Amino acid sequence: MQNKRTVFVCQGTGCLSTGSGAVYEALKAEVAKLGLTDVEVDFTGCHGFCEQGGIVAVEPEGIFYTHVTIDDVPEIVGSHLKGGNPVERLFYRDPATGRAVPRYHEINFYKKQQRVILRNCGRINPEKIDQYISKGGYRALKKALLEMTPEQVIEEVKRSGLRGRGGAGFPTGRKWEFSRNAQADRKYVICNADEGDPGAFMDRSVLEADPHAVIEGLITAGYATGANAGYIYVRAEYPLAVKRIRIALEHARERGFLGRDILGSGFDFEVYIKEGAGAFVCGEETALIASIEGRRGMPRPRPPYPAQSGLQGKPTTINNVKTLASVPPIIEQGADWFSTIGTPKSKGTTVLALSGKILNSGLVEVPMGTPLSTIIFDIGGGIPGGKRLKAVQTGGPSGGCIPAKIPDTPVDYETLTMVGSIMGSGGMVVMDEDTCMVEVARYFLSFTQAESCGKCAPCRLGTRQMLEILARITQGKAQESDLDTLFTIAKTVKECSLCGLGQTCPNPVLSTLRYFKSEYEAHINKKRCPANQCRFLRRKTGKKT
Amino acid sequence: MDKPPCDERIDMQRIESIVEECKGQKWALIPVVQKIQNEFGYIPPAAIPVVAKGLRLFPSQVQGVISFYAQFYTKPRGRQIIRVCRGTACHVRGAEALLELLEERLQIQEGETTPDMEYTLETVACIGVCALAPNLVLNDQVHGQMDAEKVQQLLKKGEA
Ligand SMILES: Cc1cc2nc3c(=O)[nH]c(=O)nc-3n(C[C@H](O)[C@H](O)[C@H](O)COP(=O)(O)O)c2cc1C
Repeated sequence: MQNKRTVFVCQGTGCLSTGSGAVYEALKAEVAKLGLTDVEVDFTGCHGFCEQGGIVAVEPEGIFYTHVTIDDVPEIVGSHLKGGNPVERLFYRDPATGRAVPRYHEINFYKKQQRVILRNCGRINPEKIDQYISKGGYRALKKALLEMTPEQVIEEVKRSGLRGRGGAGFPTGRKWEFSRNAQADRKYVICNADEGDPGAFMDRSVLEADPHAVIEGLITAGYATGANAGYIYVRAEYPLAVKRIRIALEHARERGFLGRDILGSGFDFEVYIKEGAGAFVCGEETALIASIEGRRGMPRPRPPYPAQSGLQGKPTTINNVKTLASVPPIIEQGADWFSTIGTPKSKGTTVLALSGKILNSGLVEVPMGTPLSTIIFDIGGGIPGGKRLKAVQTGGPSGGCIPAKIPDTPVDYETLTMVGSIMGSGGMVVMDEDTCMVEVARYFLSFTQAESCGKCAPCRLGTRQMLEILARITQGKAQESDLDTLFTIAKTVKECSLCGLGQTCPNPVLSTLRYFKSEYEAHINKKRCPANQCRFLRRKTGKKT
Repeated sequence: MDKPPCDERIDMQRIESIVEECKGQKWALIPVVQKIQNEFGYIPPAAIPVVAKGLRLFPSQVQGVISFYAQFYTKPRGRQIIRVCRGTACHVRGAEALLELLEERLQIQEGETTPDMEYTLETVACIGVCALAPNLVLNDQVHGQMDAEKVQQLLKKGEA
């Protein structure tokens, strides 16, 4: 048999913005024109290396083209696919050595990753269920439904040590057990795909590139907890993800993975999509439930937890996209395998959205406990322009900054909390010497202040007060006493707020105060911004912001 | 809030039929409002009592939901919508300057529409295309790695 080759054109949101839709069409036309019958042109979701887009991969050779535009198409088809000579000028160039790297798995960015959650991202066509199945998809569901009791599924997930990837890191198996044990005539499961943290795009990529993995996890969660209906709550800013989930649900239904008596197991399950409407706080589970029910998305005090009283007052399990995508491999390959990855308390892998002042921006999946320096320098390629690393911000507006002086910090739930940040959903924004840390804190507070739902006073008033002080500092109008006031308000908001938004929003302030107090003081006492970023304090040599 | 304008161009029958489709459906308020906005570009205030009646809610509940979510608008918007991403990655790579540039070029502030109803300028919390920061979204199309020159080109293209 002739070697059949497939050209995969990335059609994730990132690559599409570089014109990869036209590249895909042109490749198909060119291959047809030259009559290359041994070449198939197909597309994938996000490879997680959006900065290099448009990405085109040729399998099974593993040739990886970057920055492909429509003008490159004739050469790729003529020289490579027909002539057998790959187009070197489109290879990835290692930013450190300048060397051209032809293959996917030889690129440092990918070489040092371990992809469990992103296992299929960039490797299959997300709109073709057969490709998911050919990679072992829905085998775990069959195993769970036909060979395991719900209790056994829960036990396996518990033993794996899987913790929620949505931020708080609560053990998933235990969460499922609460819901399983709750007595009710109806139960629900919800996939939280609200991904509101600015600087995070893992969930978008997973949904765009491998929607079946999430759906398979959700059905399994339904079976384990005893729910017959699931909701996927997706933020409206992700239209492509919504489209791909919709297609995937249709296909899953056609194949009998959804609906009545799934695979003859007697288990019924249906999934519905709910689109958000642009409110960050709706990522919080009780607010999310209110939003599904068509109300203002405001959180309520817990307990009762959703596992006792959630949607319509029924027991409801809420899990993040990545948590659910981790479930099929755990069921299929077993808890023992999963728990060998990571650290004693943080099992498995974590997906990080690496961005900011970094050479290789993109999605990075590494075992829990990987040192920050490995992520920034080995995978991320370091800081552009010969600048120095100053800090890494993790956990978005709920998180904090890790200063460059502790570069070996292992990235796991416990350590990040200890250094004053959080794992959060996985956003990781790199900052160099030109980034002003006070301005970073002000930025996050301006976000949380705008997104505070206004229900509880500490958050509603406190965010506003903190923002005003931070604005004064960046404008050089603050006094020394403002720092104490800022600290006191931050502590109060953290302790007294109703939901996670308020409880965590002072973190960016507290962590920058902890590690970069001298920058605050320079703004206040010397009316100077050490990073030369704050507009009102900028030195005359003026750099661009 | 402004008093509901009696705009004859608003097809009230269409609004009623959108509401009718979801009549009696639980939890339909947000999808109904989304659908109205998708068709009309905004939610005509005159639609609020119709939606309320159809879903057996108080108009204040409908209004409350509309004002809570950032994506609902009660004023007509421009033919072209530009949204500047304000995510963290975009912020550290110059989203602020991008917004200022657009404000200057279009002579409007964030949240406003040009008098000829051509452009509306907005910001969005994060569109999740952080690796290509700074980004803007023009009529649902993402444009990454923006700079002054690319903004110029985009606006020119829009005028042609
Ligand atoms: C303000 C706020 C925003 C949140 N946003 C998200 C989100 O976008 N995605 C998510 O999965 N969890 C989010 N969470 C956490 C959820 O409340 C919940 O803990 C999570 O979905 C549980 O899933 P997990 O156990 O799989 O992590 C947010 C929490 C708060 C307080």
